[in-house]
Amino acid sequence: MNDALRDLYREVILDHSRRPRNYGAMDAANRQSDGFNPLCGDRLRLFLLVEDGAVRQASFVGDGCAISTASASLLTEATRGLPEEEALELVENFRGMVAGESEPDGESLGKLTVFAGVRDYPTRVKCATLAWHTLRAAIEQSGETVKTE
Amino acid sequence: MIAAPAYDLEKVRADFPILSEEVRGQRIAYLDNAASSQKPRAVLDAVDHVYETGYANIHRGVHVLSERATEHYERSRRRMAKFIGAQSAEEVIFVRGTTEGLNLVASSLGRYALREGDEVLLTGMEHHSNIVPWQMVADLTGAKVLAAPVTDRGELDMDGFAALLSDRTRIVSVVHVSNALGTVNPVDEIARLAKDRGAYLVLDGAQAAPHLKLDVQELGCDFYCLSGHKMYGPSGIGVLWGKKRLLEAIPPYQGGGEMIRTVSFERTTYAEPPAKFEAGTPNIAGPVGLAAAADYLDDLGIPEVAEHEARVREYAESRLSEIPGLRVVGTAREKAAVVSFVVDGVHPHDLGTVLDQEGVAVRTGHHCTQPLMERFGVPATARASFGLYNTEAEVDRLAAGLRTALEVFRP
Repeated sequence: MNDALRDLYREVILDHSRRPRNYGAMDAANRQSDGFNPLCGDRLRLFLLVEDGAVRQASFVGDGCAISTASASLLTEATRGLPEEEALELVENFRGMVAGESEPDGESLGKLTVFAGVRDYPTRVKCATLAWHTLRAAIEQSGETVKTE
Repeated sequence: MIAAPAYDLEKVRADFPILSEEVRGQRIAYLDNAASSQKPRAVLDAVDHVYETGYANIHRGVHVLSERATEHYERSRRRMAKFIGAQSAEEVIFVRGTTEGLNLVASSLGRYALREGDEVLLTGMEHHSNIVPWQMVADLTGAKVLAAPVTDRGELDMDGFAALLSDRTRIVSVVHVSNALGTVNPVDEIARLAKDRGAYLVLDGAQAAPHLKLDVQELGCDFYCLSGHKMYGPSGIGVLWGKKRLLEAIPPYQGGGEMIRTVSFERTTYAEPPAKFEAGTPNIAGPVGLAAAADYLDDLGIPEVAEHEARVREYAESRLSEIPGLRVVGTAREKAAVVSFVVDGVHPHDLGTVLDQEGVAVRTGHHCTQPLMERFGVPATARASFGLYNTEAEVDRLAAGLRTALEVFRP
């Protein structure tokens, strides 16, 4: 594997794509949303348990490439315990990083900076963001937290 | 014994400037020809020549440049008529590509022929562009769209096809060569069955034109569509061929300049085909490039091209079969230059990215054939598709790239 590939497929990403965390439907979920990338056929379903305005637990099922699977897997870890507004901020920070609009910021993104390499692969940006767009839809579907401005 | 090469491959490769491009320090191995093929110098020069020596709007100016442009354009129409074996140039409509050709036929033939309860018979291996236009006209007319089944090898199930034909079948529209699997469909038999029921036959020839010698009259179809960019011509130009009496009978597709005889607010009359179907200023230089591509293919000889591609494809199938966990999707007995495959534990998209790093271009995804992917129970495949300039050495690079991908993704 050459350096460019190693930058994209960081060990953390490969690990999460081979052994996705929080994989499976969640019976207790009170939010659920589907993501679909018509370009490549990647699909995922995201489950959230939201209590007192914060994500208590997240899980997913789906079928996708290494980038999209790892992204969903890391999302379920990163959002656990986050208030909804902060989860939505994270969506925006993550999207900005992989789209190359903002520099990878370890403080706000933590482990998620492993996806910084995606910015060099324009065709793969959607793979990385699929789970995050799905998260936004799952949170916003309540019509309470986000639409109250 | 190794058969003599059909033509001088190195010389042919030198005709295509882009093949000398380097990607990440290596010559590009372009194995995505079913998506779009590269262009020989002769095509690029032919297009330039129009703009440099004889460009103006066609069919209307009295000045010399308009006359030259019109002559370029109409000469290209005659050339394409010969390329596909049409009876006359009037049967050749220039369109943007196969998608526009199929939309034109679906809309115009559909409005002409379909009534409530009529049926349009497709197959399970159609490109979305031979599905969606029929669904659109079916919504408008109350007709039904059916799809004939596909076998495990990726061939058309002819018994299933015949069983779906009935007196309600008004139109049969079938892909000549499958873009996703490479299957060459038995269009002779399809034509016979369709004719027995008095149905119109439309063929999607986007993938056939660069690989098979065409004779639309012998094929027994009523309409045939092809795309220039898949047969080494420019993008944005293609051909719809239709039988003259049908082109006269069906209504126009788009309205505008050029397609009319007289216009008044009370009553407008239409021009004869082909003008009837070419509203507005068309792609003027495109047909000239397309005609040059037809010359290029005929000079090499399409049977020779097909023979070369078959050799490269068979080599690819044998090299790929050595890769553990790789499964070829689509193993029809009659195949054109496509190898579609999946690899256990590695998503096609990731394969595509790794191969790209090695300078090998393949297509990954559903190839605009979602029902077919569903049929084979895969969300997507990787597809290597070959053209007249591909080499066995490029296949070796594909195989090496796949092994790299396995090292990355298989723990």
